[in-house]
Amino acid sequence: MTPQDAAAPEAPVAEDPIKAQNAQVLALLTRLFGEGTFTNVNEPYGLLTATTTRERIHEIVAGLQQDQELKFHFLTTMCGINYPENPGQELGMIYHLHSMTKNIRLRLKIFFPIADPVVPTLTDLYNTANWMEREAYDFFGIIFTGHPNLIRILNVEDMDYHPMRREYPVEDGTREDKTDLFFGR
Amino acid sequence: MAVNDTLEGTHKIHEEAAAQRPGQLMPILNDFSQELTTLNLGPTHPATHGIFQNILQMDGERIVSGVPTIGYIHRAFEKLAERKPFYQITTLTDRMNYCSSPINNLGWHMTVEKLLGVTVPKRAQYIRVIMMELARIADHLICNSILGVDTGAFTGFLYVFQEREKIYEIYEEVCGARLTTNMGRVGGMERDLSPAALDKLRAWLKSFPAVMKEFENMFNRNRIFMDRVVNVGPISAEKALSYGFTGPNLRAAGVDYDVRAMNPYSSYEDFEFDIPVGTNGDTYDRFIVRNEEIWQSLRIINQALDKLPDGPYHADAPHYYLPTKPEVYKNMEALIYHFKIVMGEIDAPVGEVYHSVEGGNGELGFYLISDGGRTPYRLHFRRPCFIYYQAYPEMAVGTTLSDAIVILSSMNVIAGELDA
Repeated sequence: MTPQDAAAPEAPVAEDPIKAQNAQVLALLTRLFGEGTFTNVNEPYGLLTATTTRERIHEIVAGLQQDQELKFHFLTTMCGINYPENPGQELGMIYHLHSMTKNIRLRLKIFFPIADPVVPTLTDLYNTANWMEREAYDFFGIIFTGHPNLIRILNVEDMDYHPMRREYPVEDGTREDKTDLFFGR
Repeated sequence: MAVNDTLEGTHKIHEEAAAQRPGQLMPILNDFSQELTTLNLGPTHPATHGIFQNILQMDGERIVSGVPTIGYIHRAFEKLAERKPFYQITTLTDRMNYCSSPINNLGWHMTVEKLLGVTVPKRAQYIRVIMMELARIADHLICNSILGVDTGAFTGFLYVFQEREKIYEIYEEVCGARLTTNMGRVGGMERDLSPAALDKLRAWLKSFPAVMKEFENMFNRNRIFMDRVVNVGPISAEKALSYGFTGPNLRAAGVDYDVRAMNPYSSYEDFEFDIPVGTNGDTYDRFIVRNEEIWQSLRIINQALDKLPDGPYHADAPHYYLPTKPEVYKNMEALIYHFKIVMGEIDAPVGEVYHSVEGGNGELGFYLISDGGRTPYRLHFRRPCFIYYQAYPEMAVGTTLSDAIVILSSMNVIAGELDA
């Protein structure tokens, strides 16, 4: 599966005001950051989603935060993701930004190779990024350059792997007592 | 040396250390010219209401720095969710914020419904609103009354705990459980509001306002209480936004952000309610905002009950809505669907959806990525208190230990949600 597949089809009933607003935001985004910055632009269930690169993510988020028209002052959440079947783009970070003044949400994605999981930190823009990035480091092993305190947060410190990566199954694959002949699990 | 001089020196060290390592919240103080005491607050401490640890550096009575350690009850919900069919994930959600589990359950169902494109009938939406507001009242009652306990006033706690008990009895009538409710189903509610549930709800709506009034009389203008909470742990609106505060804590700082009003779900747009906001974001404001929200929740429940429409209590979505047991025993189709749903044989559509609800302590978000299988490809919970708890050291530094306890209490940090 690729991230392109993961991006959802259009919402069953696309509401016009949301679509119009998203188109406006998208126009502004391309004006601010140039053509070709965003790929895979779509709006699953009305939430504008775009993929960019890790080289530009910090600049883009900082620009969105400072932009007087959009005012993306709020970082709702960020999380890591792992697509092992995507060579060169195995790992990803997904950011949800929220502009409370305009009530616009925006989802930004970046993908990068698992061998080189280095991403710029957003802690200098949002205080809240601190623990979110520690969580992504803890579970996916994503390294945030510039993070003041990048240590594990929920798991024990001496854990030597990053458990949310797809290579670690929830259950022990060698167990046979749980295999179900009829339903295959 | 006067106490104030010592304090000034400590703050200076703190500021210098912070300037050296920008972004670092908890400077490590290696200056031994000051006699600092290390105090281990937690992981199990009667005043922390959950299992989380803070290693505090104390200069006498004052807190110089704090390092929170969390994750003591981490149960890997996000990883487990990658293995479970959608209906089984419900039981994970009510173990997050266990003070308001129906909100978590119903928020999760709404997320799945959004992914599936299922529209829930009005009656089910109104029942959900009633249950979610009851849960919000129960959550706020606990938070505020425990805040009273932490300042030394036990009476209020005992008094409103009876009312919470009655709310739990209403839960029992609606879903059969009290704490981990597993309420509702994907596509609606699992049963209609029974006459017994309605009776209990109506009786409670009659008796509760008087109790709440008395609780407010006991605290709101109480001199001893106000001395303990006014101007304790204030946070500015800009700081609160930067720290990702949501819910009553953000509103106490003066930002009128409420998911129910900004992105209405489950027919919240049909009801009239106010969003109380504070001014300084201190402990007192958080307390007052929560109290006022209880009144607003009551208003919503009363409106929903008055306007409760007739009709089905679940959507006509046999592929996703778990049929009732009597149906399963009588009806072949229901049996087939029951079997398929329980065995996880029904695939969800490909898609990604973010849905958020106004939880007891903030914006509770579910980010669900489905690759078309029986389970989510990835499920991320936006847990409000995990996000805002990181501001705690900053709010506690400079205060005394007793104030730190009060601040922690007023932030409504729920360990189960913090660690997920």
